[in-house]
Amino acid sequence: MKPERLCGLPAQTIGPFYHFALTSNAALGCLTRPDAKGERMRVRFRLLDGDDVPVPDGMLEIWQADAAGKYDHPADTQEQAPDPAFCGFGRLATDAEGCCTFDTVRPGRAPDGRGGCQASHLNVSVFARGLLGRLCTRVYFEGDAALAEDPVLRLVPEERRGTLIARRDAAQTGQWNFDIHLQGEQETVFFEI
Amino acid sequence: MSERKEQGLKEYPLPEAGSQPPFLYPAYTSTVRRAPQKPLIQLPHTLSELTGPLYGHNPIGETDNDLTRQHAGEPLGERIIVTGRVLDEDGRPIPHTLVELWQCNAAGRYFHNVDDHRAPLDPNFTGAGRTMTDENGAYRFVTIKPGAYPWRNHANAWRPAHIHFSLFGPCFVTRLITQMYFPNDPLMPFDPISQSIPDERARQRLVSRFDLSLTEPEWALGYRFDMVLRGREATPFEGRE
Repeated sequence: MKPERLCGLPAQTIGPFYHFALTSNAALGCLTRPDAKGERMRVRFRLLDGDDVPVPDGMLEIWQADAAGKYDHPADTQEQAPDPAFCGFGRLATDAEGCCTFDTVRPGRAPDGRGGCQASHLNVSVFARGLLGRLCTRVYFEGDAALAEDPVLRLVPEERRGTLIARRDAAQTGQWNFDIHLQGEQETVFFEI
Repeated sequence: MSERKEQGLKEYPLPEAGSQPPFLYPAYTSTVRRAPQKPLIQLPHTLSELTGPLYGHNPIGETDNDLTRQHAGEPLGERIIVTGRVLDEDGRPIPHTLVELWQCNAAGRYFHNVDDHRAPLDPNFTGAGRTMTDENGAYRFVTIKPGAYPWRNHANAWRPAHIHFSLFGPCFVTRLITQMYFPNDPLMPFDPISQSIPDERARQRLVSRFDLSLTEPEWALGYRFDMVLRGREATPFEGRE
C-alpha cells in the first residue's frame, strides 16, 4: 500500500528581528579565500520595494558554482573537485540603503542537464519582513556572450530579461550592481522553483 | 538521467495548492508594497536548484542548542524542550542538515536594536540557536517559551507566541524559513501572518504538539515539532524481480 505523502511546511516571513541569529557573522559576505581560483567579483545588491524605497531589513542568500562551474554538492557529478578555497554560499542582511555586497568569483558555467551549459549566474534567495515566503531570482552578468544561449533566460519574456543582469559599476573596477525591484515597472523576474 | 530532467521539468513537485501563503496578503500590511505583482516564472530544476549549501557554515558551539545555557545566569521564563525530526514528503529523515532558530524572550522582547516593545530584555537570554539533525533527522533544543508581543500591523495587533526556524535541507529547492506556534494559542485566529496560509490543515502543521513524554520532570515541558521539507517526486513502486 502506498503510504500517504506528507506535505511540506508552509513558509512564514523572516520578520524584522532575525539579525542576531542569522547574519551576525559578516564573514558570510566573502565567499573566497585568497587562493580561490577565478575572476574576482564584488556584487552589490540593492533591494527596493514598490515605491522604490530601500528595504532595510531584508536578507539575501547566494548560492553559486566555483570558477570552474562546479557546485560543492554530491548531486554535481562533474569530474573535477570543487575549489577548496571557495565556498558557494553567502548570506547578508541589507543595510539602511537596502544594500549588501558579496565578494566572490565569477561562477563557471554549470551544466544545464540537457547536454549544454548555463551562462554564469548566482542563485539568489530573498527574505524580508512583508515577504511571507522566499523569493528566488538569478543574477547574470552584462557582456557575457553565453547569455543568448542560456536555457533559463530563454524562458523569460525578452523585455524582462534585463532585470536579471548585473551591470558593471562605472567607477569601481570589479564591482557589479544588481537592483532587486520587488514591484513596479522594473519588477525583477522571480522564479517559482 | 530521468526523462523529466531531460525535459527540463521539476524534480521536486510544486507545493500542494493552498499549503503555502500567497505573497500578497493585504491583512499583513507589509506585503502590499513588497509582494511581486507579475507572475513568477516556472523554473526547471537544473544543477543550480538541485544543489545547495550542505554543511554548517559556522561551526556549531556546545551550547548552541541550549538557549538557557548561553550566559552566566539562567534566563527567566518557562523552560521548554522543542524536538522533532526533519523529514521529506515521503517521510524519510533528512540527516545532518542545519537547523537555526530565533525568538523573543519570555517577556516578548527580541535581542534586537529595532525592537522597541516596552518589555524587559533578559541579560541571560539571547534567543538564537543552531544545531545539526542527527543520522535519524532528529533535532532538539532547550529554550524558554517565547512571549506574545504587540506589533503595529493594525490596531491592537499581537503576534502569537512563536519560534522562527530556518532550514536548508538537501538543496536550493528545499530552503525554508518558517515559524512554529504553540497549541491552543488564542491569538492565532487574529494573526494575519499565520492566517495567510489558505489551507487550515497546512496552517495546523506549524503548531507544535505538547507531548508529556518529552517533558523532563521538575525541569521542562516538551513540545514536538516535525518539519517536513519539499520532497522529490515519489518514485514509482518497483516490484521485486
